[in-house]
Amino acid sequence: MKPRTKFLIGGAIVLGTAGYLMASSIRSTGVYYLTPSELSAKLKADPTFTDVGVKVGARVVPGSVQRAAGGKEYAFRVTDGSQTIPVVYRGIAPDTFTDSVDVVVGGRMGTDGTFHATELLAKCASRYENAPEKYRATPGYKAAQPKTGGRA
Amino acid sequence: MILIGELSLWVALLMAAWSTTVSFAGGATRRADLADSGVRGLYATFAMILLASIGLWTALLTKDFSLEYVAGHISSTMPSVYIFTAFWSGQAGSMLFWALILSMYGTIAIATSRRGNEELIPWATGTISAVLMFFIATTCFKANPFTRLDFIPLDGRGMNPQLQNPGMAIHPPNLYLGYVATAIPFAFAIAALFTRRLDAQWLSIVRRWTLLSWFFLTIGIVLGMWWAYVELGWGGYWAWDPVENSSFLPWLTNTAFLHSIMIQEKRGMLRKWNVVLVVMSFLLAIFGTTLTRSGVIESVHSFAQSPVGPWFLTFFAVATGVTIYLVATRLRDLEAKAELESMVSREAAFLYNNLLLIGIAFAIFWGTVFPVLSEWATQNKITVGPPFFNAVNVPLGLLLLALTGIGPLIAWRKASLSNLKRQFATPASVGIITGALLFALGMRAPYVLVAYALCGFVMGTIVQEFYKGMRARQTIHGESVITAFRHLVGRNRRRYGGYIVHAGIVMLFAAFAGMAFKLENDVTLKTGEAFETSDPYGHKWRFVSQGISTSEPRDAQVVGVGLEAFRDGKRVGIIRSEKRTYKDSQNNQLFQPITEVGIRTTAALDTYVVLAGFRDSETAELRISFNPLVVWVWAGGFVMMIGGLIVMWPQAERRRAQAGYVAVMRPAAAGGEPVGA
Repeated sequence: MKPRTKFLIGGAIVLGTAGYLMASSIRSTGVYYLTPSELSAKLKADPTFTDVGVKVGARVVPGSVQRAAGGKEYAFRVTDGSQTIPVVYRGIAPDTFTDSVDVVVGGRMGTDGTFHATELLAKCASRYENAPEKYRATPGYKAAQPKTGGRA
Repeated sequence: MILIGELSLWVALLMAAWSTTVSFAGGATRRADLADSGVRGLYATFAMILLASIGLWTALLTKDFSLEYVAGHISSTMPSVYIFTAFWSGQAGSMLFWALILSMYGTIAIATSRRGNEELIPWATGTISAVLMFFIATTCFKANPFTRLDFIPLDGRGMNPQLQNPGMAIHPPNLYLGYVATAIPFAFAIAALFTRRLDAQWLSIVRRWTLLSWFFLTIGIVLGMWWAYVELGWGGYWAWDPVENSSFLPWLTNTAFLHSIMIQEKRGMLRKWNVVLVVMSFLLAIFGTTLTRSGVIESVHSFAQSPVGPWFLTFFAVATGVTIYLVATRLRDLEAKAELESMVSREAAFLYNNLLLIGIAFAIFWGTVFPVLSEWATQNKITVGPPFFNAVNVPLGLLLLALTGIGPLIAWRKASLSNLKRQFATPASVGIITGALLFALGMRAPYVLVAYALCGFVMGTIVQEFYKGMRARQTIHGESVITAFRHLVGRNRRRYGGYIVHAGIVMLFAAFAGMAFKLENDVTLKTGEAFETSDPYGHKWRFVSQGISTSEPRDAQVVGVGLEAFRDGKRVGIIRSEKRTYKDSQNNQLFQPITEVGIRTTAALDTYVVLAGFRDSETAELRISFNPLVVWVWAGGFVMMIGGLIVMWPQAERRRAQAGYVAVMRPAAAGGEPVGA
């Protein structure tokens, strides 16, 4: 056998293993990423969907965040505009987690209709950059539309 | 100055357009006057972008809050060093910064390689200018940092305090320096493809710039890890977030190229592959930007979603299309000049190294875009997280680590049994002993054991190489240990610099494997209460709460808790974690409160304390974790940087200029075998 052929066989084995690992771990670790509406649609279609771990991306309803007296349990509601889901999360919340930020919660929908999150990611547009609309709405600043300078 | 800056930006756009047009025209018609004009156009673009940048810096440093960018990114109470770095902390500024670096790189690359590359230069200049034109146009039309507000705010919004960290001040520019450097090899690859001059000449330029890109990406990535670890408080440094992944992808392809180019230099093989790698690094850099700026992929690094996404996507598609066309029409010119002779050879080891690096890159790429692909294919968005990336990359990474030890020692062409025995006996025993020792000490996790055994093996190969080289110099030249070391490294920079980089890699792997033993405790402590636990090494720790204290420095309000820590009954000091709320000069709160992590670092482990919150004025909620070997990540990164510097050191370039290309390759040849190709 030519060394080139041998190499190609070896390469195929390596890549095959990598491919197998990728396929199998996507099956075992991949989770649905849903909006609240999609989640409730899935639940309506299939009530056993509560057994499946999912991630839900939505916005926290302003004013809904309640911290239990214990400190590390949070209860809040998330919404995508049409559907709202109550969420309970136990653990340390990231600094960026506040009212009305976009969050990704990972966990399971309970049969009680509350989402039990084991993972909480907060993404906040102002974390690295102030979202322009937010910036303009800051109290103390006159609301105004920016315009391009130079040509004004 | 600000107005001049803004105008310069538009002039730069015209200059770049001019340079693109006349360079390509000059290349196609072989007219030297057009080509020269194109080069001058590139230089002028650089000058104009520099002026624009000085304009933006002036606006920032004079705190001209009438500019939206200035008002949105700094405040009057911020330290001036962060006002300076605010230049690249936002979208619009970072686009300008990108253009600044690219025009600077382009100018340097063209100016230093004009002689002897007359045919390539117009095409390379044209490609650089075209990329530049894209960046400047995006800046001008979609993300202009000179956009004005029609009122002047009293104070700016400031920079997120989490970004006011020395690591964060230099992490983004390093990444940009690395990302943008991929454009130069890309330009020369395109030039070589256009002109069909696919000999060794373009490779020497490409190698130098790929190395530079690799170097800055390494620094950028490690600094990013460090920042995430000390600022974000989740106790880790790598989360397989899409943004992290997209900086890692070009690093992987750069690394693959820096290895496979050696095979092309020595054996004339892998010529198509190398072109593909060069182009891939650039496309992945652009892809990464597209990904993070377009909001297509969910990431915790949510940069403000912005209209530049579609521009990047279009650019990405065009660049990919052009490259595929060029490579496809020039396959004949890229035929290999030699064949693989044996599976037991350095060529084969390098080939597998490349295969693994690209395999890892592909797996990461796949996992990153999987949510989009799955939604597109099945209407269900499915995400994969760290478990996926670890499951795939840990075994591949360990194989790669093994090759890190095998590659440099195995002979070219075909290794003999005696070569194998002579080279591998000692390092292999070091590896086996390391593994056995750890097993005897009670370590059972198979991946971790394999990782440490391989670390021992690779470190053994590196030490053996240095030892052999120095011994040879000592006997032949009668040099002292230190002189022998200096001359050995100094006269074979590529080889021994590379080994130093490998040593850094080993340190990183050892540190990653150590995190398998991380321990976390969530505790609630009243003033004076103690928490007792043991660390992964079995030492007993005791933490006593010193109570909650508050203070108010100029720009923040601070609430913190100190823990007096004892290890095996001996006091080691106070570890303090705080929550800070930053304020502007009008006493308005800026951003949400941020957590300052308390970290006590030793070589063996970090004690990492995060203040999660307060139950009442006396009681704090804390997470206390033991993170083993973390300091070796930073140390490994530093060693890699030193190794990279040694490889890049300019003296090697001078000698190349004097002696020609091939002569320089000789020192890198293991033991001076004949130079192929």
